[in-house]
Amino acid sequence: MLGKLDWSAIPFDQPIPLVAGAVVLVAILAVLIWVVVKGHLPYLWHEWITSVDHKRIGVMYILLASVMLLRGGSDAIMMRIQQAVAFQSQGYLPPEHYNQIFSAHGTIMIFFVAMPFVIGLMNLVVPLQLGVRDVAFPTLNSVGFWLTATGALLVNISLVVGEFARTGWLAFPPLSGLSYSPGVGVDYYAWSLQISGVGTLVAGINLVTTVLKLRTRGMNYLRMPMFCWTTLASNLLIVAAFPILTATLAMLLLDRYLGFHFFTNEAGGNVMMFMNLIWAWGHPEVYILVLPAFGIFSEVVSTFSGKALFGYRSMVLATMAICVISFMVWLHHFFTMGAGPDVNAIFGIASMIIAIPTGVKIYNWLFTMYGGRIRFATPMLWSVGFMVTFIIGGLTGVLVAVPPADFMLHNSMFLVAHFHNVIIGGVLFGAFAGFEYWFPKAFGFRLDERWGKAAFWFTFTGFYVTFMPLYIAGMLGMTRRLQHYDVAAWRPWMIVAAVGMAVLTIGVICQIMQLVVSIRNREALRDRTGDPWDGRSLEWATSSPPPVFNFAFHPDVRGEDAYWDMKIHARQQSFEHEEPEYRDIEMPRNSPTGFVCAFFASIMGFALIWHIWWMVIVGGIGAFATFVVFAWRDHDEYVIPADEVARIDRVNLEERRSLVSMAGAV
Amino acid sequence: MSMTATVGHAHADPHHIGIVIEHPGPASKRIVTAYGFWVFLLSDIVMFSCFFAAYAVLSGQTADGPKGSEIFEQRNVAIETVCLLLSSFTCGMASIAADVRNRFWFYLGMAVTCVLGLIFLVIEFREFADLVARGYGPSRSAFLTSFFSLVGCHGLHVSAGVLWLLTMMAQVFAKGFRADVLRRMMCFALFWHALDIIWVGVFSVVYLLGGAP
Repeated sequence: MLGKLDWSAIPFDQPIPLVAGAVVLVAILAVLIWVVVKGHLPYLWHEWITSVDHKRIGVMYILLASVMLLRGGSDAIMMRIQQAVAFQSQGYLPPEHYNQIFSAHGTIMIFFVAMPFVIGLMNLVVPLQLGVRDVAFPTLNSVGFWLTATGALLVNISLVVGEFARTGWLAFPPLSGLSYSPGVGVDYYAWSLQISGVGTLVAGINLVTTVLKLRTRGMNYLRMPMFCWTTLASNLLIVAAFPILTATLAMLLLDRYLGFHFFTNEAGGNVMMFMNLIWAWGHPEVYILVLPAFGIFSEVVSTFSGKALFGYRSMVLATMAICVISFMVWLHHFFTMGAGPDVNAIFGIASMIIAIPTGVKIYNWLFTMYGGRIRFATPMLWSVGFMVTFIIGGLTGVLVAVPPADFMLHNSMFLVAHFHNVIIGGVLFGAFAGFEYWFPKAFGFRLDERWGKAAFWFTFTGFYVTFMPLYIAGMLGMTRRLQHYDVAAWRPWMIVAAVGMAVLTIGVICQIMQLVVSIRNREALRDRTGDPWDGRSLEWATSSPPPVFNFAFHPDVRGEDAYWDMKIHARQQSFEHEEPEYRDIEMPRNSPTGFVCAFFASIMGFALIWHIWWMVIVGGIGAFATFVVFAWRDHDEYVIPADEVARIDRVNLEERRSLVSMAGAV
Repeated sequence: MSMTATVGHAHADPHHIGIVIEHPGPASKRIVTAYGFWVFLLSDIVMFSCFFAAYAVLSGQTADGPKGSEIFEQRNVAIETVCLLLSSFTCGMASIAADVRNRFWFYLGMAVTCVLGLIFLVIEFREFADLVARGYGPSRSAFLTSFFSLVGCHGLHVSAGVLWLLTMMAQVFAKGFRADVLRRMMCFALFWHALDIIWVGVFSVVYLLGGAP
C-alpha cells in the first residue's frame, strides 16, 4: 500500500534532524494559523498563489530562495562547527549524517537558493526593463515557480521522512547507484531536481521568448539594458543545458529503478559518461548563475556612478562569448579522469580563455566608475565588494585550470574555497545587490541603509575569514568532505573558518533586521516617484510598485539608457504637456494551474521516491487533468478600462513631474 | 511618439546603412507562442542528443549479449518509418484544414494521424515485448540499456503526442477553431513533425548503423 514507507523512515534516534524538522513544522503551522485566523487566506490565494503577474512571481521566487538560504546556511554552520571540533575525534555529527548535510548544502544552495534568486530577479525586472506588460507565457511562469517550490519541498521532507543523499551534490555513480546507495536519499535528490528542473526549463523558455519577442517600440537589441542581455545569455544556457541534467538524472533513475546499466560497474555501464554528461550541464550552470549577477552589477555600477555603462558593446560581446565558451570547458572538472594530455590541454586552454571576457567585464565596470559621481549606497557596496572578491576567485580559477596544478588541487579544500569564492563573491553578492537595488521597485519603499551597510560589511569580512583559511588548508593537503581528520596543521585554519562563519551569520542577521526595520519605517522610506536611485532604464519609468499592467502605454525607446534619455528630454522641454491617450488594456487572468499542478507533482514525486505506484498514477492523472481544465477555460484575459488606467497613471505622472521640475530648479 | 512609430517600416529597405531600424514593438501572440514552442523543441532535441550520445558510447558494450544486427528486424522498422512519415503528412493536412476551418477534413486528418501513431506504437511495443521475452531486456547489457532508453524515449514522446492529439480533437469539437485553439494546434503540429525528425535520427543511428553486421 505505501511502498517502502513505514515508521522506520522517521529518524527517531537522531535528535538533530528531528528537532530541526519539528521547529520548521511548528513555524509553518504558526504562519498558516496566523494567515487563516487573520483572514489573509483569500488575499494570499487571489493576489499571490494564483497570480500570473511576473512581478509577484519574481517576489515569490526570491522569498523561496531566502527561506532556503537559511536552510542551506544552517547546514553550512553545522559543517564548519563539525570540522572545527572533529580533530582526532568524531565531532558531534556521525558520518552518515555529515554526508547528508554536505550533499543537502550543495544541492540546496545551487538549485533552491541561487537559481530561484536570479530567476526571481529576472522575472521581476526584465519585462519592466523591456517596457512590456508581462512575460511571454504568464501562466507557465507560475507553473515554473510552483514546480521549483515542489522540489524544495521534497528536499525538506527528506529531513524527517527517510534520508537525503550521502553522495555529494552531484551524486556521482557508482556511489549513487543502487548497490552502494540502497536507501531513498538519492531518489529524493533525483526526483526533486527532476521536478524543479522542469520548472527551471519552463522559466528559461519563457524568458528567452520574452527578451527576443517582447520588446517595446524602438528597443533594438543594442539598446537593451545589460541585465536583459545577461538574462538572454543565461536563459539560452538554461534551454541548452537543463535538458542534459534531465536526461542524465533520468538515466541514473533508470539504473536505480529498472536495473538499467548506464552507469553501473557491471554489464558494460560507463561511470565516466555520467561525469561528462553531468558537467556538460554543470559548467554552463555556473554561468547561468553568474551571468545575471554580471548584469545586475552592470546596472548598479552605471546607476550609482551616474554614467552610461563603459564599453556597452564589448560587454554584450563578452556576455555572448561567455555564453558560447561555457559549453566548451566542462572537462576541467575531471582532469584527473585520465583523458590524456592533449584533451586536458585543450580544455585547460578553453578554461583560461573564458577568463578573458570576464576580465573585459571587470575593466568595463572599473572604467564606468572612473570619472563618475559615485554614490556608495548599499547596492554599490555589494558591487565593489564583488569586484575585489571575484578577481581573487577568478585568479584561483585560472590556477586550477592548469591541468598539472589541478592534479594537486583536485577535490581539495582549495577547490572548495575557489568555488565558494566565485559563487558567494559573484552570485550571492550580485543577488544581494539586486535585492537592495530593486526592492523599492517591487514594494514601493527603500531598504534601511544603515542595516544594509552593516550586513554588507559583516558578510564581506565573514566571507574572507571563512574561506581564505580553506585555501590554505587545501594547500596543506586537506581534501574536501572530511567528517574528521588527524592532521594538526589543518586544525587552526578550521577554527578560523568557524569564526568566519559566525561573522557571516551576523551578516545574515543584519539582513533580516534590515528587512524588519525597513518594513516598520516604510512610510519614511516610501518611494513616491518610482525612481529612487536616479535610474537609467525603463523599470524606473513607472511607479513603485508598478501597476499590474506595468506601463499605461508602451514607451518609445530612442537609444541606450532609455529612461535617462527621457529624463534629459523632459528637463529640456519641461515634462510632456499633453496627456497621453489612454486605451483599454488586456491582461492575463490569474490561474491556480501552477499551484494545482505542483500539488500533483509533489504527490507524484513523493510516491515515486517511496515506490507507491498507485499514488504515482493518481498524481499523473491529476497533473494532466489540470492542464486540460486550463486549456478548456473560455476567458483567459480581462480588460482594464481606459479610465482606470488613466486614474492610476495620472497619480504617478504627477509625482514624476514634480521630481523633474525640482531637478530642473537645481 | 507618433514620429518614431512610423519608423517601424524602415526595414523594407535593408541597404540604407546608417539608418537605425527601429524595433516595431512586441510580437503578436501567434508568433510568441510558436517561437516559445520552437525553443522548447530545441531543448527537447538537446535531451534526445544525450540519449543519442549514450547510445554512441554504449552501443559496443554488449556484455556477451546480442549485438544490434542480431535483434533488429528491418521490416518492422520500415513499416514504423512509413507510418510516422505518413502521419506527418496527414498531420499537415489537419493543420491546413484547421487554418481554413474545415471540421470534416480536420477530424479526418487528425484521426488518420492518430491511427498511424498508434500502429507505430503497437509495432514498437511488440518489438520491445519480444526482446524482453527472449531475455534481451534493457538490464541485459549496456547496449540494450541505451537502445531501450533512446527508442523508448521517442516512443514516450509519441504516446504523449497521441494524448495531445486526442485532446486537440476534443478541444476543436467543444470550442471550435478559436484563436487559442489554433495556436495550440500549431504547436501540436510542430511537436509531431519534430518527433519525425528525431525518428529519422533514431532510424539512421540505431537501426541502419547498428543493424550492419
